[in-house]
Amino acid sequence: MNMGELLIVLALGLPLFAAAVIYAVGRMPDVRETLTLVSCIGLAVVAISIFVRVGQGQPPELMVTQPVPGLSIAFRAEPLGALFAVMASVLWGVNSLFSIGYMRGRREANQTRFYMCFAIAMFGVMGIALAANLFTLFIFYEVLTFATYPLVTHAGTPAARRGGRIYLITLVGASVLLLLPGIIGVQAVAGSTSFVAGGLLAGRVDAVVGSVLLLLLVFGAAKAALMPLHGWLPAAMVAPAPVSALLHAVAVVKAGVFTVLKVSAYTFGPDLITSLPAATWILWVGAATIVIASLVAMTKDDLKARLAWSTVGQLAYITSAAMLPMASGLVAGGLHMVFHAVAKITLFMCAGAIYVATGASRVSEMGGLGRRMPWVFTAFLVASLGIVGLPPMAAMWSKLLLMTAAFAGGHWVFAAALVASSLLGLVYLLPIAFRALFPPLGEPAVREFVRPGGTPGASVIAVCATAAGCIVLFFLADGLANYLAPIRAVTIMEGAP
Amino acid sequence: VIVLETLYVATPVLTAQAPILAIVIPLLGACAAAMAPSARTAWMISVAASLFGAWMALAVAGEAMREGVLVYVLGGFDPPMGIALRIDAMGALMGLLIGGVGTLAAVFSGHSLVAEVHAEKHTLFQAGFLLVQAGLVGLVFTGDAFNAFVFLEVSSIGTYALVAVGEKRDRRALPAAFNYLIMGTVGATFYVIGVGFLYAATGTLNMVDMAARLATLDQSMAVQAGFAFVIAGLGVKAAMFPLHGWLPGAYAGGPSLISVLLAATATKAAIYLMVRFMFEVFPQGTAFGEAFLTWVLAPLAAAGAIVCSVQAVFARELRRMIAFSSVAQVGFIFLGVSLANADGISASLFYMVAHGLMKATMFMALGALALSIGARRLDDFAGVAREAPWTAVAFAVGAASLVGTPLTMGFLAKWGLIEAAIASGQVWIAAVIAAGSVLTVIYVGRMIEAMFFRAPSPGAPRAKEAPIGVLAPLLVLAGLSIWFGLDASLPEQLSQAGAARLFEVRP
Repeated sequence: MNMGELLIVLALGLPLFAAAVIYAVGRMPDVRETLTLVSCIGLAVVAISIFVRVGQGQPPELMVTQPVPGLSIAFRAEPLGALFAVMASVLWGVNSLFSIGYMRGRREANQTRFYMCFAIAMFGVMGIALAANLFTLFIFYEVLTFATYPLVTHAGTPAARRGGRIYLITLVGASVLLLLPGIIGVQAVAGSTSFVAGGLLAGRVDAVVGSVLLLLLVFGAAKAALMPLHGWLPAAMVAPAPVSALLHAVAVVKAGVFTVLKVSAYTFGPDLITSLPAATWILWVGAATIVIASLVAMTKDDLKARLAWSTVGQLAYITSAAMLPMASGLVAGGLHMVFHAVAKITLFMCAGAIYVATGASRVSEMGGLGRRMPWVFTAFLVASLGIVGLPPMAAMWSKLLLMTAAFAGGHWVFAAALVASSLLGLVYLLPIAFRALFPPLGEPAVREFVRPGGTPGASVIAVCATAAGCIVLFFLADGLANYLAPIRAVTIMEGAP
Repeated sequence: VIVLETLYVATPVLTAQAPILAIVIPLLGACAAAMAPSARTAWMISVAASLFGAWMALAVAGEAMREGVLVYVLGGFDPPMGIALRIDAMGALMGLLIGGVGTLAAVFSGHSLVAEVHAEKHTLFQAGFLLVQAGLVGLVFTGDAFNAFVFLEVSSIGTYALVAVGEKRDRRALPAAFNYLIMGTVGATFYVIGVGFLYAATGTLNMVDMAARLATLDQSMAVQAGFAFVIAGLGVKAAMFPLHGWLPGAYAGGPSLISVLLAATATKAAIYLMVRFMFEVFPQGTAFGEAFLTWVLAPLAAAGAIVCSVQAVFARELRRMIAFSSVAQVGFIFLGVSLANADGISASLFYMVAHGLMKATMFMALGALALSIGARRLDDFAGVAREAPWTAVAFAVGAASLVGTPLTMGFLAKWGLIEAAIASGQVWIAAVIAAGSVLTVIYVGRMIEAMFFRAPSPGAPRAKEAPIGVLAPLLVLAGLSIWFGLDASLPEQLSQAGAARLFEVRP
């Protein structure tokens, strides 16, 4: 086994092994949580090694098995997947740190199951990130769905079970009814489902078949929450805050948009996708999703619901970006996937920290709380700016690139939707932090801490780390964009007048 | 990749006689079991005869893969006068399925009969069980249309009796067996009438001969009527919607052992024979045949797949749910058959094996649970995973394969079916299969939720983990669903070779 194969085995094996060990030592919380953190660090190291090797032009590969000819379980790292793996593993670490504070602070039940499911979910994410073909990706996509279901229903209340049912039915339903037929369609047309630079289907399908397949694959990846398949995301808000942070920033939703990006870059390829009418339709749906979700977010008083709707809109950015591959759309999508993840996980962890410390879950209850929790709300402010995309926050770059791509493609309506959404973001996110940090005079009494000692220390460290990440990434954006550039598979069309 | 020839070790003498031994040994075993002095002896005979039959089926499969087709002339009378067994890859695959599941079921029967069948009937029960196996293997191995009827009746008569024996646990087994007896007999009669028409038209009962003569004959009314009777008759046996009325009762009422064997093999053998008649005996591409496939088989299969899935969703008894699911899955299989090309048939054959294994697993797991709790309703199974984790996990593996979870054989089966439908341009069939799969997720989700995530209702009988004699065959069955999900070369090769033979250009 060479180094590359070893890295992939480790990337998949570590989280699975961690899950088994967590289960075994479940009765000893300290050991269990130490092990979780150790495996987070280990996985991050592995993911970064893969990332580096891809950058050096030696992408790790691993072929596992071929159940029937033409259908194989195989892994091959490429820039987009490597970036996804690094993002997910690093944020898993931060999120675990936060979880420890949150779960202990709330004295939640079934904590062993909680950490175990997290580890299995990471197994799914690594599989998705490194999959060499759509078939493998699909397998791990489903692993992720089922591993996160017990997390969504963690509370065990009837409301949690209802949310979990919507979650499961929407995701499984879409993947069985749309994604799987789409993948099988690709196999039927091309005889394979491999991810090929420049596009597997290029030159093999006409506009009609291509459009049908594109619609099946994009809407089938319901984790990307493109309207009208977005309903599961607000419904899954019944989950504890660390779960929301992982689901709505890192693992689940990003697995959805990552699938869309991969399909755009490697299944269809830039030349083909821009020639398909369906790509334009999806762009329209994306624009509508962006605007509607932002408008709905404004009406929500529950903080997590507001953040969930904001996520729906932000994900549509990435899905739409994948439909603009000729210009820098794919790179913009890849970057926004990371930048949004870092900002949104911060916001969700802040929401969780506020809830643990004060029991407040509604925006209207948070006036003046910034005085009690200055660090948390400062992080919230930074991350809010990160979502909106103002400098010096990283998301500025991805939005700029996306805007450029939209103009280059002549999609004026979509560009207008981007502008509108950024403005709406200012309206629904910034006032939360401002009202907390700088309450207007005459504000009613500020809520007291319900937990002695306020916010758990581990949680504060976690939110500050990711908030700082928003700013650090601002300066790393150029390097990341160059790293991602190969996925555009520059063609002869590029640069033509 | 498994090479079949390496799988078995048989002496040349045995290999030469393997086709008939696979039938005769269980048949002789049945006589011996009936006369056995004790239930235990009968059980040992049953296991030994089934195992030997399975071994011979393996030898036959190896030969069939090497030779393409294996012809065994009975008693030295050459066809068309005499009877010949004629086995190609398709028949070999079915033989392996019957032999394999039969052996595991025989092992399982040691414990399960004690709980479910009156003690004085054990020896006769084992005799009947072996008869059913002998009949089914004969049905898939024979190359003679009338001989097929004989084997069909041998297996059916055994089945009627075995279902009725389930009355110790559930009195409704008696009307279910009677219902099955009536419908099954009507079906068998239809089949024999159809064969009569064909004999009148062609003057032969040997399938190869019949095919050769039908190809030169005009499509007379007699031939068409014969076709219709044969298909309708076998349709009852195959539980083709809407001729499936006997199945839920028979599966739910009979002893677990019989549900295992029936669900895995009985309907499959009938479907196999239908495929044989549709594509081998009858000339392909006639207007009548095409019309039947397009306007009768495909719509009925689609209706069955959806309607019976919905019935499964709303069923209250667990075994009945699985039984309705079986009818729905038969619909999937027929959808693949209706594509009328090698890809479709190959996918259907593969699906039959996958479905046989998964349903056998699920029924056997329920049989294992029935040793400790005599439960019927789904609610009674709440929380059994805590008391009987291994059994519950095996059940879950079968259920996962049924849903089409990746890394199980069921996934590859669904994949193949949908791919064949898309490649044939029949997108609506792919859509029906996808829709049926979603319904499957719903009812399987109900089962898994009850077993794994619900707390046992207070006062309900507590489940116990089954003894090793039951767990071993159960785990082997569950393991096969996973093994073939990771490396499906064995069933894949056989089903592809079998389907390809049907469509190769004939002289």
